[in-house]
Amino acid sequence: MKMKLFSYNFENTFVHNLSGLTKLICFLFLTFAVMFSYDIRVILSILLFSLVVFRISKIKFKQVKLMVIYVAIFIFTNAIISFFFAPEYGVKIYGTKHEIIAITKSISLTYEQLFFQVTKLFKYASVIPFGIIFLLTTNPSELASALSGVGVNYKAAYAVALTLRYFPDIQREYSDISQAQQARGLDLSHKAKFKDRFKNALLIMVPLIFSTLSRIELISNAMDLRGFGKGKKRTWYNMRNLNKNDYLALGVSVFIFIVSLGVSFFINHSRFYNPFI
Amino acid sequence: MNDKLIIEFKNFSFQYYSQSEPTLHDINLKIYEGEKILIVGPSGSGKSTLGHCLNGLIPFSYRGVTEGSLKVKGKETNEQDIFKLSKIVGTVLQDSDGQFVGLTVGEDIAFVMENDNTPIDEMKERVLKVSKMVDMDKWLSSSPYELSGGQKQRTALAGVMIDDVDVLLFDEPLANLDPATGKTAIEIIDDIHQKTNKTIIIIEHRLEDVLHKDIDRIIVVNEGRIIADMNAHELVSSSILIENGIREPLYVTALKYAGVAVTPEMKPGHIYTLDTSAVNQVVKNWHLSVVKEAKRTLDEPILKMDEVTFSYDGRKKILENINMEIRRGEMVSVVGRNGAGKSTLSKLLCGFEKEDQGTIYYLKEDIKDKTIKERAELIGVVMQNPNQMISKPMIFDEVALGLKLRNVDPSEIEARVEKVLKICGLAPFIDWPISALSYGQKKRVTIASILVLNPSILILDEPTAGQDYKHYSEIMSFLQEINQTGVTVIMITHDMHLMLEYTPRAIVISDGQKIADTASSVVLTDRKVIEDANLKETSLYNLAQMVGIEDETRFVQNFIDYERQVR
Repeated sequence: MKMKLFSYNFENTFVHNLSGLTKLICFLFLTFAVMFSYDIRVILSILLFSLVVFRISKIKFKQVKLMVIYVAIFIFTNAIISFFFAPEYGVKIYGTKHEIIAITKSISLTYEQLFFQVTKLFKYASVIPFGIIFLLTTNPSELASALSGVGVNYKAAYAVALTLRYFPDIQREYSDISQAQQARGLDLSHKAKFKDRFKNALLIMVPLIFSTLSRIELISNAMDLRGFGKGKKRTWYNMRNLNKNDYLALGVSVFIFIVSLGVSFFINHSRFYNPFI
Repeated sequence: MNDKLIIEFKNFSFQYYSQSEPTLHDINLKIYEGEKILIVGPSGSGKSTLGHCLNGLIPFSYRGVTEGSLKVKGKETNEQDIFKLSKIVGTVLQDSDGQFVGLTVGEDIAFVMENDNTPIDEMKERVLKVSKMVDMDKWLSSSPYELSGGQKQRTALAGVMIDDVDVLLFDEPLANLDPATGKTAIEIIDDIHQKTNKTIIIIEHRLEDVLHKDIDRIIVVNEGRIIADMNAHELVSSSILIENGIREPLYVTALKYAGVAVTPEMKPGHIYTLDTSAVNQVVKNWHLSVVKEAKRTLDEPILKMDEVTFSYDGRKKILENINMEIRRGEMVSVVGRNGAGKSTLSKLLCGFEKEDQGTIYYLKEDIKDKTIKERAELIGVVMQNPNQMISKPMIFDEVALGLKLRNVDPSEIEARVEKVLKICGLAPFIDWPISALSYGQKKRVTIASILVLNPSILILDEPTAGQDYKHYSEIMSFLQEINQTGVTVIMITHDMHLMLEYTPRAIVISDGQKIADTASSVVLTDRKVIEDANLKETSLYNLAQMVGIEDETRFVQNFIDYERQVR
């Protein structure tokens, strides 16, 4: 059977066993910690930390390979484009200019710009493992209860959970439909022309959309009949009280957050770390 | 039982906004507390609409015009809301897969309580208690993918019972279950009825299966009206069932074939109440008089599996050392419980998956290297749900799709599509949009779209799932006609009637192995095979024993032969 790509799989690890709410709050703190700071020392430490957590939660690289590739492409494109839009941004921030090479008369590559962009690149790179860990180790309904725990409307939270809950079903249906259509002569391989491939994909999407719509009708009836949406609040069966490990995880995240802020305010006196002065 | 009214329809009519005619006309019906009621009727008779009126989906989710009155527990439903009604009438829906909202059994059972904002400790306690009632307490942390159909249904039942409702409404509870699981489901419902004395309403068209246990009254619905309201014995003895397109129990059909006038005095409502003592000899005489069908001479083998083994992950074998031979022009059933490997078998034949070991021969040729597309011209597969296949808005385009993708000449496409639509009885609809067709007609369109490629073998996955007797008969006699044109038909099915009546031979798969490959009448009277494949003994077998016929298998075979001759 095909590996379940990018979807929740239960494993008995420290990270999986944390409550969904804990993971969501930790995720937010750590993301803010990285987002706030432009100090490459802080960022690299957090990146290292995120890779350790990645290891602890036993996620296999195979599961996230595709995602990582897309993100990598995105980050590099972003870096190149931002260079051409604002090649002097680093100079502006750090206040010095050490030229490496001049590309045209007005554009040149500077150490400042390079340093700034490398910092930014690692910034993105260290947030992404946290996102992946959070999504892959939190079961959808815990995610919903966590979202609702931090104040998101529970209907919206449940919608997110349902999407994730039915994702594997729809994947399976997609493969069934696609096989049946291939039997009728549909060519989905790279041999077909791009235009044909697009048209052919439609032949799978149409039945998929219709069957998904009827599934939605069924689910919404089932939920209505069991009183979903009745009150302003609801409880969550799998919501549990936080335990020692949860507090530990929260403590570590808050600590990292404070250190990141502390470094900015008291050591760098700015969000940027400036090695050029 | 007491005589306290719980549900009362008075001159009740309902019309969906989207329809030009009322779906329910002038319904008058009283249901008392603690009763166990069965509502039967063919597809489109209005029986599901009746159920929707009770649980509040009508008028709160499906809008329309109501007339007259419907009181549940003394209150007009119109003046309440779906949430209040759902506290009185708990509904177990047909599709136990789709209604599984939670990610685990425990969570799904707790769904109602979550919405009631119940504290977690109380919720966990009640979930445990209710799950014990339906024997699911060991599975509380399992996800729906790890459960069988029966277990999903138990979960759904627990999820409704946790609310302590007064009425339990089952909407086609047997639709997606194999025969043995369906039997268990009826037993569980009966058990709950006896333990809790809740009012039970079952909507179903598989009458004989529901009559496996006691029922107080049966309501027959057709064309939006109540046709009959009587007990099982009276109903089965009358001609109402046949007139309204509902299949009567097989043992009743057999008695009628034998020339017995079935009367309420024989208590024919359930096989276990039936008293045949007065007519035993009549049945025996008939048994001896049946002209046996000549065995069909079989053509050369068209499809052969030789020691085929397959596994998805390289560890767990889904199919192991399968040997079988299908002859040209045969009509064969492949049966077995869910997950036994039946669907995988058809995927191998179509080339969707490739066998790990062994060989599949078409005629004498190994077809390992043929692509899906090439195989489709030899072996066509029709999926269970036509909506999973239809991708074009117009009938002509849908049927022509396979040919267009093969770049066949337009004039030839037209000729071939016309021809196949004629065979499928769809010729008058050639320019119609598919959305105007009924479910059964859509099924035909999907079959036509496969047949147009001229495969010599047709594989159908549950061709009659969810169909009432009329549509079932239509589809099956259509397939029989196709078969007579020389196409070999292989059906993957749970439907024991289909096996008995249409396929002389059945192949039984259990845990990836072939455990039987013989006449359908033998399969359905062999205890061991029945148990392994989650089938159910046919009631003909019990009837034979009851009247004192020793060779029960022969009796079943005689029934089949006789039926073929009179049909």
